[in-house]
Amino acid sequence: MLTAVTFLTGLSLALATALIAAARLLPGRDDDAVERVERLLPRIQCAQCGYPGCRPYAEALVAGRADVNRCPPGGDATIRALAELLGRDPRPLDPDLGHASMDRVARVDEALCIGCNLCARACPVDAIVGIPHMMHTVIARHCTGCELCLPACPVDCIELVGRHA
Amino acid sequence: MNEDPTPSSARAAPRRFETTAPPHAKPVSSVPRIMRRVLYALAPAAAGYTWFFGYGLIINFVIAAVAAVAAEAAILLLRRRPVKRALLDGSAVVTAALLAFALPPLLPWWIPALGGFVAIALAKQLYGGLGKNLFNPAMVAYVLLLASFPILMTQWLPPRMGDIDYQRLGFVDQLRYSLFVELPPERTVDAYTRATPLDMVKEGLRAQRPFQELRGSSMIGTFGGRGWEWVGNFIALGGLYLLYAGIIRWHIPVAVLAGLLGPALVLHLIDPASYPGPAFHLFSGAALLGAFFIATDPVSAATSDRGRLYYGAGIGLLTYAIRTWGGYPDGLAFAVLLMNAAVPLIDRYTRPRIYGHAER
Amino acid sequence: MLELTPDRRLTGGIRLLANKAQSTAEPILRGLVPPELVIGLHQHRGTSATPIVEVGQRVAKGEPIAVPGPGASTGVHASSSGRVRAIEERLIPTGARLQNAVCVVIETDGEDLPYREATASTWPSDRAAQLELVRRAGIAGLGGAAFPTAAKLEGVAGRCKALIVNGAECEPYISCDDALMREAPEDIVLGVLRMAELVDAPLAIIVIERDKPRAIQAIGDAARALGDPRLRIAEVPTIYPAGGERQLVELLTGEEVPSGEYPISIGYVCQNVGTAYALQRLASSGEPLTSRIVTVTGLGVERPRNVEVPIGTPIGWLIEQCGGYRGDVARLIHGGSMMGYALPSDDLPVTKATSCVLAAAADEIRVDFEEWACIRCGECASVCPARLQPQELVVAAVARDFEDLDTLGLDDCIECGCCDVVCPSHIVLTERFRAAKRAFAQHARRLALSSEAEARHKRRVRRLEATAEDSRAAQEALKANVRADDEAERRRAIQAAVERARQRKRGNIEP
Repeated sequence: MLTAVTFLTGLSLALATALIAAARLLPGRDDDAVERVERLLPRIQCAQCGYPGCRPYAEALVAGRADVNRCPPGGDATIRALAELLGRDPRPLDPDLGHASMDRVARVDEALCIGCNLCARACPVDAIVGIPHMMHTVIARHCTGCELCLPACPVDCIELVGRHA
Repeated sequence: MNEDPTPSSARAAPRRFETTAPPHAKPVSSVPRIMRRVLYALAPAAAGYTWFFGYGLIINFVIAAVAAVAAEAAILLLRRRPVKRALLDGSAVVTAALLAFALPPLLPWWIPALGGFVAIALAKQLYGGLGKNLFNPAMVAYVLLLASFPILMTQWLPPRMGDIDYQRLGFVDQLRYSLFVELPPERTVDAYTRATPLDMVKEGLRAQRPFQELRGSSMIGTFGGRGWEWVGNFIALGGLYLLYAGIIRWHIPVAVLAGLLGPALVLHLIDPASYPGPAFHLFSGAALLGAFFIATDPVSAATSDRGRLYYGAGIGLLTYAIRTWGGYPDGLAFAVLLMNAAVPLIDRYTRPRIYGHAER
Repeated sequence: MLELTPDRRLTGGIRLLANKAQSTAEPILRGLVPPELVIGLHQHRGTSATPIVEVGQRVAKGEPIAVPGPGASTGVHASSSGRVRAIEERLIPTGARLQNAVCVVIETDGEDLPYREATASTWPSDRAAQLELVRRAGIAGLGGAAFPTAAKLEGVAGRCKALIVNGAECEPYISCDDALMREAPEDIVLGVLRMAELVDAPLAIIVIERDKPRAIQAIGDAARALGDPRLRIAEVPTIYPAGGERQLVELLTGEEVPSGEYPISIGYVCQNVGTAYALQRLASSGEPLTSRIVTVTGLGVERPRNVEVPIGTPIGWLIEQCGGYRGDVARLIHGGSMMGYALPSDDLPVTKATSCVLAAAADEIRVDFEEWACIRCGECASVCPARLQPQELVVAAVARDFEDLDTLGLDDCIECGCCDVVCPSHIVLTERFRAAKRAFAQHARRLALSSEAEARHKRRVRRLEATAEDSRAAQEALKANVRADDEAERRRAIQAAVERARQRKRGNIEP
């Protein structure tokens, strides 16, 4: 009986030591959790989720402070991917967050544009070109559909159109 | 562009056709076909077994099969899945057949019934049904029964070899025992049951008697236990048929036998008195049944050919270890379950290099 | 030494019933002139050709009706004489699927009058001029993918270790290459040599599967008669898909085409024997591509055989020329039984990509699509010629797990269909992989988009920081200048102001 107890205790201690040593000393296979979560996001920094960028949202997700359904441009696919990775239930996009989508791009109505440059300053990926008092336009290829330029325009001259239209 | 109004020459009306995606060739095999072939392959062994040990095998098989199929139907109904298709694929019946071969022939009916139920309900359906189980269902059931009812599960019968010692139990007697646990009057269970050759050898070795002496016992035939080795022949025959029909590949049987017989040979050469030789191991217990029928269950075995070699070798080695140094006379069931647990790891690390990819 | 024996083995692959004997019993049927031709201007990979004819115009056989578009493209020619009835968009069968393309619809006059100028042109000696002629002559790969040949052969000279000419024809039912090799071996071998010239290949290997002894004999005789030292003939085992480009390269040379690249990246050019034949017809008699050999076969056709078909021939009419339909036809397949795709109607034209029309009866093909769960038997993995693990891929494909799909090599699947055929659970693996490839491509595009967006965002952040930094620096400099510049000057100015104030107080009013 004593031998059995001693043997098992010794074995447990030995295995525990080996596992802890492996966890500390062996090179990690993957980047840390926040990296992996961030990679699933569209990374267009539109801040629609309520966080000032994709990384803060990723950090909040990993910390459990944010839900998986807060990324409109990522859409259903991103929600499901996040749910899968974090082991949570997927659910529909939070209805308060509108419906930005990466399949849509902004377009400046050149008849109305006054060249105030406010939209270009709002764009997180510099997809709008134009100098003050001159015509502005959106480079569709670089536009991610984040919709941050729409409220910025004082004359409401920006609309969303399909990316492949 | 304007179309010229001149009509084209008259033609038969165009025919329409159904479309499906390629490839259009017919599949060459099917799951029911595989299951059927396994049952055919077991038929000679079943016949031999019945000749030597009576109808117990058949009775146990029928009970286990009924329990297995009933359990499958009940659970599929609960899961709201299509029942008929699953029942007709034959996998539950094959599991019951393998379980019946593993069980001793003289048993009360509720043991094979429980076994059939556990194999299907716990080891198969609970994991998700066909193709999803991690462990071999027949072995899970066998091990559960063995651990729970050790006396009953070691109640083996001697083979019919023309000895005076042999007490025959006819079909009716066996059936009566199975259903009512009653034996012919004035006899007890001890009058009928004997240890298996593996049992006898293991006990003998533990008592420090040399193997050569044990080998001379009337229980041991040319290679292994008398009667048992004949059944082993039939099993091997069935196994070779499966290989020929392409139902199994050679990797698992060869690896299991190599893993079992390799150490047996080495240790027997070093100390023939303490370690039985490979011939004995080959024809005793579940070695052949395990190598050809049990370890080759595709769902719970490794998937790649290289992985199968490791898987089979692991089973063979573990079986030898348990037989020689472990507590049970035969270790195949435990060996299989232990290697089943290792399969995801084996599969992960034995993927071949993809065409056009560099060596990682 | 003419014979080249591959000493490598094909990984995977399966032996299938060839089903070719029924269509090779008779010689190739020639001289067909259908009542109508629907000739697609975009029936191949690359860019569409541009029409140069008008509705109502009379055209002769071999007359150019469209010139090559930019990039990889070829010209298109009238397959028979007649009048252009319409130029409109129609559905046509291309190499991989049905596609909408602008088509020139010609109502034939039955005369089959040849275009005068065709016989006049001679084969130039300059390689660039040769390629331009090939480009205009409408020659595309006749193995089934119909890639513009000139584009494929361009820029390859100097990089080519060997020209591999594919006469393997490993897919069941298709026998058009076999028939062509038996009937026109000299033209084929001459075409192969011209191709070898074009790509500057030191070696030209004609590959034929072992189950075509008559073709092997015929090509062998023709090659020996010519005695060109570059020629080789290789027999390959009758395993599907030994004739796949990547598999052939591995079989003949032991080298593997790197994932995501084409054989030319390791110095091999693969062409079909039919393309070599077309090239020879162009070089020797100036004939552009106006017809191809098509195998019309299957239990659903009365008289299966090989036919020399004008491009644009309606498939329904073509079948009538082979005795018409026989009994119930379960599928009408464009191509062979493994990689061909089913057509919804026979009111579609033959294109440069049509190697075979298979009218299959129900017992020839799969009609039941019920599946069981995967039992992990691993047969699919053992037959995969790309050494993939279909049983793992299908789990990742259904789950749309893109990371796993990438690791498992979804992109390397050649969609040969071997896995489907051996699967005992009857899982439609190849179709799952096709769907996954589409989803994967979409995912890859989004990933590229979002990676780009992230990069642009980072640049923007840096730009803003740099601008802020610059303006901060400028302000500092200004303040520093002011500070250093004139403490003294300021003191003087203050003094002057104080003086002025004093003066004002004393009553000297200053404006």
